[in-house]
Amino acid sequence: MSLHIHERPARSPYSSSTHGATRPDAASTTTQAVSLHLRGVEKRFGDNQVLRGIDLDIEAGQFVAIVGKSGCGKSTLLRLLVGLDQHTGGDISFHDEYGNSAKADARIVFQEPRLLPWFNVAKNVAVGLGEGIDKDEARTKALAALWEVHLRNKAEEWPSQLSGGQRQRVALARALVSRPGLLVLDEPLGALDALTRISMQTLIARVWRELGFTAVLVTHDVSEAVHLADRVIVLGEGRISLDLSIPQPHSRKHGDAELAELEGQLLEAILKDR
Amino acid sequence: MALADLTFSRTLKQTNKRIPSFPRLGRAHVLPLVVPVTLIALWQLGSSTGFISDRIMPSPVAVTQAFWSEAASGDLGHNILVSAGRALAGLLVGGTIGFLLGIINGVSKLSEQLTDTTLQMIRTIPHLALIPLVILWFGIGEEAKLFLTSLGVLFPIYLNTYHGVRNVDRDLLEMGRIYGMSRWSLFRKVIFPGALPSIFVGLRYALGIMWLTLIVSESIAASSGLGYMANNAREFMMTDVVVLALVIYALLGKLADVIARRLEGWTLSWNAAYQK
Ligand SMILES: Nc1ncnc2c1ncn2[C@@H]1O[C@H](COP(=O)(O)OP(=O)(O)OP(=O)(O)O)[C@@H](O)[C@H]1O
Ligand SMILES: [Mg+2]
Repeated sequence: MSLHIHERPARSPYSSSTHGATRPDAASTTTQAVSLHLRGVEKRFGDNQVLRGIDLDIEAGQFVAIVGKSGCGKSTLLRLLVGLDQHTGGDISFHDEYGNSAKADARIVFQEPRLLPWFNVAKNVAVGLGEGIDKDEARTKALAALWEVHLRNKAEEWPSQLSGGQRQRVALARALVSRPGLLVLDEPLGALDALTRISMQTLIARVWRELGFTAVLVTHDVSEAVHLADRVIVLGEGRISLDLSIPQPHSRKHGDAELAELEGQLLEAILKDR
Repeated sequence: MALADLTFSRTLKQTNKRIPSFPRLGRAHVLPLVVPVTLIALWQLGSSTGFISDRIMPSPVAVTQAFWSEAASGDLGHNILVSAGRALAGLLVGGTIGFLLGIINGVSKLSEQLTDTTLQMIRTIPHLALIPLVILWFGIGEEAKLFLTSLGVLFPIYLNTYHGVRNVDRDLLEMGRIYGMSRWSLFRKVIFPGALPSIFVGLRYALGIMWLTLIVSESIAASSGLGYMANNAREFMMTDVVVLALVIYALLGKLADVIARRLEGWTLSWNAAYQK
């Protein structure tokens, strides 16, 4: 259970070469990433104790993947992180980059995009900005966020006119448009086909590098975890059973031998918790 | 005979050469007319040959003539306006109450527990059975008809609104919560649009009940309106006017349905089922 602290890649300035166009200004406000501190966190539903004491620290801006068997409490943990449910024991706190305790402006992306079918794509993204924001400003920001996920040209379409992968990108844009300090993803690519999944992984890796939020990703796909994360956590029996650092620099190749080795290690750990 | 033949043959002609002279009159426009036009033609044929007695069923030509004479005297226009006004007033009052109750009971557990059982009980009473009581209460004035129509319209709108609100996607509600929507926003952006398809089902159902209630209450207690016109004509054995009233009811009903459909298509354009 090692915990390597390694250099985050410097946040790259938005290069026009990757996007092929100049980036709109409105979205370039940077993120205030938060660090997470969990101490003995427990969660029970009636008699069913799902989480039995989770101790976990996640640095600001780190990308953490959580894997584990179905029903081991991954979604439950994520819902606690974003405040959708209350933990029944222990303590969860958030700190900003200077170590001051911070409010977590957390966002979550689910396996289903959960878009409002009666709003067009741009308005769906604007939902992510919350209440009481000027209409024009909301639209400008929404369009900028759509541009980040390469869907600027779909702004006026209905969600029903998009493919599954595009809908999930809209959901991602909606989650990111307010520049959250923490983005939590619960099997966001689980419903997508293999090819779309790979391009979505690249997209997620890119926005994370560019915006610098703290990311917590739950996935069933060990290779996806190893590919994207700084650190992979295996959850079993309501506790952390393995905490594995992935030292390789980001922008990793699929089929890398060292990564394959780590994947094997993880699979073994997951299967060991019966 | 001549009139019917003309109508029929013209329809056929239009079908044959629709591309050059009627570029917008496609199959979809012509096909729904085939059955009614044929029926009217047969009806006229039956009347003209004496197969159908005039005293039982006047011919289409006679009904058309009745239309002209009633329209010329101004009675028809007046009666249509009176009936349409009553229908609209009933729809507005009953629809608003049903809609509000449906929304409130859909959103609030407390209100639902307080009122739903009572509403479900009242709903099972056929509202037309209240006519004797309503006449005792209100006499045969406008209030009686407004009361009955509103009552008839209320329940389909209530039930479908309530059902629509209760069936709004839980995931979307949770999404609204995550993104910090206020209660009003949640209603405006998630609950109401989510319930709208179901509310429209209720509306179209209510329109049918609205006409039905109106016809019945106008034939029993009224001194104007289409129901009164038909009932009055019956006393003088003017079958052509009676049938004319029926035809106009059918047309008004169809018109109401077309308007509701348009409204539906327009507000639900996001829904794949309504996209052209
Ligand atoms: N709202 C709830 N009420 C009662 N029990 C719940 C609730 N939510 C989750 N559970 C229970 O908590 C346990 C963990 O569920 P959770 O959804 O966190 O699993 P998961 O690891 O996300 O599984 P999967 O990989 O299949 O998504 C399950 O046994 C489930 O029955
Ligand atoms: Mg889950």
